Amino acid sequence: MKKYMIHLNTRRCIACHGCEVHCKANKNLPVGPFLCDISCTPLKKVGGVPKTEITFSTCRHCEDPLCVPVCPTDAMVQREDGIVYIDQEKCIGCLACQTACPWDIPVQNPDDGKAVKCDLCMDRIDAGLKPACIAKCTTHALKLVTLEPA
Amino acid sequence: MKKSVYSICGMCTVRCPIRVESQDNRITWIEGNPHLLGGALCAKGTAGEALRNDSQRPQQPLIRVGARGQGRWREASWDEALDYVAGKLGSIKSAHGPESVVLSSRGGPWQAMYKAFIHAYGSPNYTNHDCTCGRNTHHASLSINGVGRKGFAYDIKNAKHLVLFGRDMFSALRIAENHQTLDMLDKGGRLTYVDVRQTMTGTKATRFFQVRPGTDYALALTVIQQVIEKGYYDKDFIDRYVTGFDELCSFVKEYTPAWAAKECNVKEKDIIAFVEEIGEDRPNVIFHPGWNLARYKDSFYSSRAMHILNVLMGNIEMKGGLFIPKGAGDCGKKGIRSIDCGKPDIKRGDGVGWEYTHFDKGPGLAHLFFNNMLKEKPYPIKAWIAMRHDPFSGMPDPEQQKLAMDKCDLLVSMDTNYSEFGWYSDVILPESTYLERDTPIIQQKGLKPRLTLRRKTVEPKYDTLSSFEIFTRLADRLGLQETFPFKTIEELWAWQLEPTGYTMADFDEKGFVELTDSPIFYDHDKLEEQFKTPSGKIEIVSEKLEKAGLPSLKPFETPEAPEKGMFRLIYGKIAVHTQGHTTNNPMLSELMPTNTVWIHTKQAKKLGVQSGDLLELSSTDKSYNATAAAHVTDHVHPEAVFTVHGFGKEIPRQTRSFMAGISDQKLMVGKLDDWDQAGGGVNLCEVFVHVKKSIRNTTRRLEL
Repeated sequence: MKKYMIHLNTRRCIACHGCEVHCKANKNLPVGPFLCDISCTPLKKVGGVPKTEITFSTCRHCEDPLCVPVCPTDAMVQREDGIVYIDQEKCIGCLACQTACPWDIPVQNPDDGKAVKCDLCMDRIDAGLKPACIAKCTTHALKLVTLEPA
Repeated sequence: MKKSVYSICGMCTVRCPIRVESQDNRITWIEGNPHLLGGALCAKGTAGEALRNDSQRPQQPLIRVGARGQGRWREASWDEALDYVAGKLGSIKSAHGPESVVLSSRGGPWQAMYKAFIHAYGSPNYTNHDCTCGRNTHHASLSINGVGRKGFAYDIKNAKHLVLFGRDMFSALRIAENHQTLDMLDKGGRLTYVDVRQTMTGTKATRFFQVRPGTDYALALTVIQQVIEKGYYDKDFIDRYVTGFDELCSFVKEYTPAWAAKECNVKEKDIIAFVEEIGEDRPNVIFHPGWNLARYKDSFYSSRAMHILNVLMGNIEMKGGLFIPKGAGDCGKKGIRSIDCGKPDIKRGDGVGWEYTHFDKGPGLAHLFFNNMLKEKPYPIKAWIAMRHDPFSGMPDPEQQKLAMDKCDLLVSMDTNYSEFGWYSDVILPESTYLERDTPIIQQKGLKPRLTLRRKTVEPKYDTLSSFEIFTRLADRLGLQETFPFKTIEELWAWQLEPTGYTMADFDEKGFVELTDSPIFYDHDKLEEQFKTPSGKIEIVSEKLEKAGLPSLKPFETPEAPEKGMFRLIYGKIAVHTQGHTTNNPMLSELMPTNTVWIHTKQAKKLGVQSGDLLELSSTDKSYNATAAAHVTDHVHPEAVFTVHGFGKEIPRQTRSFMAGISDQKLMVGKLDDWDQAGGGVNLCEVFVHVKKSIRNTTRRLEL
């Protein structure tokens, strides 16, 4: 059952790209892969003020992930709480997961050739902390939402 | 071993409070201090770890072996390098007198230590970067309120309307201030943003004026005119605390919205609607008087106009307005001690205090040294020590600066990074990164003043020292122990804290010591003692200015238009870089490895340029040129091109930023002499450049 979602309050987001770096630093990633992304639409005037729409994108942790069954080594795992993560021990870097994912979310880590993706900082969540991108968001625009059955 | 240490960020000069976790001397986590920022930190703050691990910074003292700027160095031990510098400083003092040495820094809360060092050595020539930053705003505030720009802070969170003239605060990223602004907007507050281009700050605005470059002052004047005409000002406040109001009324009469609309290229009805909003929101309207207002020839007067608007609102010392920052004394407590040494009674080498009597003598004006150095007036300058200051990146026309620096027998750079000045200098004394050094304790004034300090979170990775250690060891060699008697930082801290009754253990819980539990406001109706002007009142007409032959109320002059083929060069900031010194950071350079040139759609069409095509920018005399990709947009004024400052570096050891993009200051040829005679700031936006489509946009393939 999917338990978590990341919500961006675009009124507070200033597209400072802090989240991208907080994530990379926490995951010790080299130059190349980013596990989350902030993007801005081109400026467009709304009520006399040029505005931009800001989007935060990362792994959706799908209810029925396409990346999990396609993994030949069972390295792609879905947890009870819906978090989809890569068991780095088992990953062979074939990137079948990237091909299966409609959004090309898993990317290759040039350091070891294996796939990496957002795991919602599950080690932090398990320790009662928030994912790095949320914990350090410059303007507290990112929030971790816990989903509850209706 | 796991450690958690509270400290102060050093990636930019905002100095946000941080908490740093490490394991076995390796940084594992940096976040904003949870007690003050709830963990919030920007990209630069997190990239501190990458700065520490970067092998492309000086790793031990370096002494030049080739010609200046050639980049040939030999590695030296600290003893050898410090002996070398002290030896040179000793011989320069005996041959030319101590005043022949200049020390420049980046200002900030620890500048007292650098200043004390150069004063103890015997030179009055301490200076800083502020001529390219806040001097105009500082002098504007002094001329009106009798206190400098730090004499006021802003309670933005409780304001109803914040007005920013080109202050791109969501790129500058003072995190606590950003939180305040967003909280204000969340509560339904208004933000009016004025700039020659759209910025992230402007996208959050409720009203945006894209003005013609150099017309901020015109817009501010018409707002003053309208506020007075409509009666949207605090009459009681003005009667009680202000002189010169009548002169102001007659001065602004002619500056009507119709006039300003034409000057600024904005709509008259928008100005009128804006003034109506001020009428609704007053007195809780804050006109930010600017930060880096070293831009146009009338920036000092623009800043004065913004200060005057705050005065008209009568918003001083109230919730949702301006407040006077409080210190230990206001909390009924004794303050800390700081290393200090009085300024020697010798004329400054930049002319401030004797040739120019209306400027604050504190740090003088760095750019005024260069011509004097060339003429050896009033005396020769033989050494320049740059403490974390990079005059070649921060000030116009580095080639002209080099001519003056060539008069020196000693150039020393104390910096964590290689700077453009450092690369040209004789000795590089590498400072430990802010994550690896302890600093003196400082007082941070505010509604709730506090004591805090930067702590060593991990041991230095390379053979580097803290600035306290560098200055103490140099002072030892130069016989200045009277000013620098402390052998260790712990001794210094104990001496600093002695009068306060606090101990270092008091900083453990939160990283700071709060001197009061609740915010302190002075009585809004008893502010008589607070304005340190000659009359004790807020002076709209300043005798000091008039005496220096400068008008208090200066008529607006229409800015010059660029010649054909030329554009006005506008520079600015971006959230992921800090001025010049992060463009080579391994993490930040990945986000933004180079800069672009913003150009208006219509102008781009004339040049046959689309976004991504290379543009060639050249200085007026064509002695510097560089190419960068065009960023074509409707949201920059057609007279201007815009670029992010800090690029175009030429330091080969910084492979990520070497020759990447365009350097704005290298385009500013001859502009060291173009400065504001009234405010002291350099006119960094009075610069025109040649712009054309680059020949490098080739579509042919010739090679195999």
